[in-house]
Amino acid sequence: MMTSAVNHYFFSSIGRKQLVAMTGLALCGFLVGHLTGNFLLLAGSDAFNIYAHKLESLGPVLYLIELALTGIFVLHLGLAIKLTIENVKARGGTKRYEKKVKTGRGTTFMSQTMPYTGLVLLVFVILHLISLKYGTNYPTTVDGVPMRDLYRTTMEYFASTSATIWYVVAMICAALHTSHGFASSFQSMGWNHGKYFKNVKRIGYLYALAVSAGFAFLAVWAHMKGV
Amino acid sequence: MSEKTMTINLKIWRQSNPTAEGKLVDYRVENVSPDMSFLEMIDVLNEQLVHKGEDVIAFDHDCREGICGMCSMMIDGKAHGGYKNTTTCQVHMRLYKDGDTIVIEPFRAQAFPIIKDLTVNRGALDKVIMAGGYITASTGNAQDANAILIPKPIADEAMDAAACIGCGACVASCPNGSAMLFMGAKVSQLALLPQGKVESAKRSLNMVHTHDQLGFGNCTNHAECEATCPKGISIEHIARMNREYLKAAFTYYEKDRSEGGA
Repeated sequence: MMTSAVNHYFFSSIGRKQLVAMTGLALCGFLVGHLTGNFLLLAGSDAFNIYAHKLESLGPVLYLIELALTGIFVLHLGLAIKLTIENVKARGGTKRYEKKVKTGRGTTFMSQTMPYTGLVLLVFVILHLISLKYGTNYPTTVDGVPMRDLYRTTMEYFASTSATIWYVVAMICAALHTSHGFASSFQSMGWNHGKYFKNVKRIGYLYALAVSAGFAFLAVWAHMKGV
Repeated sequence: MSEKTMTINLKIWRQSNPTAEGKLVDYRVENVSPDMSFLEMIDVLNEQLVHKGEDVIAFDHDCREGICGMCSMMIDGKAHGGYKNTTTCQVHMRLYKDGDTIVIEPFRAQAFPIIKDLTVNRGALDKVIMAGGYITASTGNAQDANAILIPKPIADEAMDAAACIGCGACVASCPNGSAMLFMGAKVSQLALLPQGKVESAKRSLNMVHTHDQLGFGNCTNHAECEATCPKGISIEHIARMNREYLKAAFTYYEKDRSEGGA
């Protein structure tokens, strides 16, 4: 049993939740990078398109990064779904108690809705890739360099009211999801120290609010600005 | 004794055996003194049932002073009634009003099969302890009490974890039916102390694997366990176990010595 301790890790309760935690934190880091790039929308079409072009020019490196991101995303949601199914079984099915009252000191709305907000984000990411990354490819030239006019694709997408509302709803889900997930990841990894954990929780809430509000702000801004 | 007595309406889970279908049954207990403990109120009800020739309500209880961890029931949807740092036996009827209706159910989880009525088999917790919740290192004769120096804050932290009475409220309250707080308390307590530290890697690996095999769920850090623990055990102990387990999974190694050592 001992020699296969590492193998057990990847199938154990703690091992798998630590994988969910690490992939979750990695995705949190990705969001910060994504948001920083998005803010170039405010700097105008040229700045945004040059940024997008530079990313695309990475070529094989970009494919590697995308592959890693996809791997992280799939691992995160795959394990989370597996663990959730196991947990429903472990608590004794969906109908457990005739009467169950929360203590108010433990579960929160955020922690209880993790599977649902997560599924919304899964659908969101797929639609997001289809309509933007793999959306209409308008050619343009900036300073004589031919490149994709991703700015136009983005602004056209957010011209739609329903698309903007859906985007904001998804960002609210992202805020709920990360406000539990961020600090929860630290707890899962064992990084809960009496001296720091309160601040980790605060940073988690701050992160959730700032990142989601940032994305949502840009979506609303793009909608108001129009094509 | 207080002079005023109350009438309490109860809805209690009745289930004649592990496979039978159970249901909530209505009972009415009169002349309940506010000074009675919750269990004494059920005793009174059971006496009435005996007089009527009916089957008494099976429920676990032993010391009735909050230290054995036997009394286990969901009172109005909360383990041990949901009062802070309180076991069911320490809940008193003064907390309820005349005419109140109280719902009583057994602790439920896949790893806690119901035996009868409110009695569940919590033997799975014992199996988790049997997997490594002890010290096997040979310690020789009793040493001088101060020979092994343990800082007071560390000793206090270990004592906080050792306060676990194994009642199972953490499992019953956990939305995932996980025993992480129970197991974390033991792993953490022993990992904190020099006598237990030496076997910490092996212990955490064996206990976690046993825990998973017994059908307990996976922790998602709701902290509902901490909120209902009658001993107020903190989820910091789960974090310490997570740390110990991570370290052990990737570094613990036992050399094959079947050919003899050198």
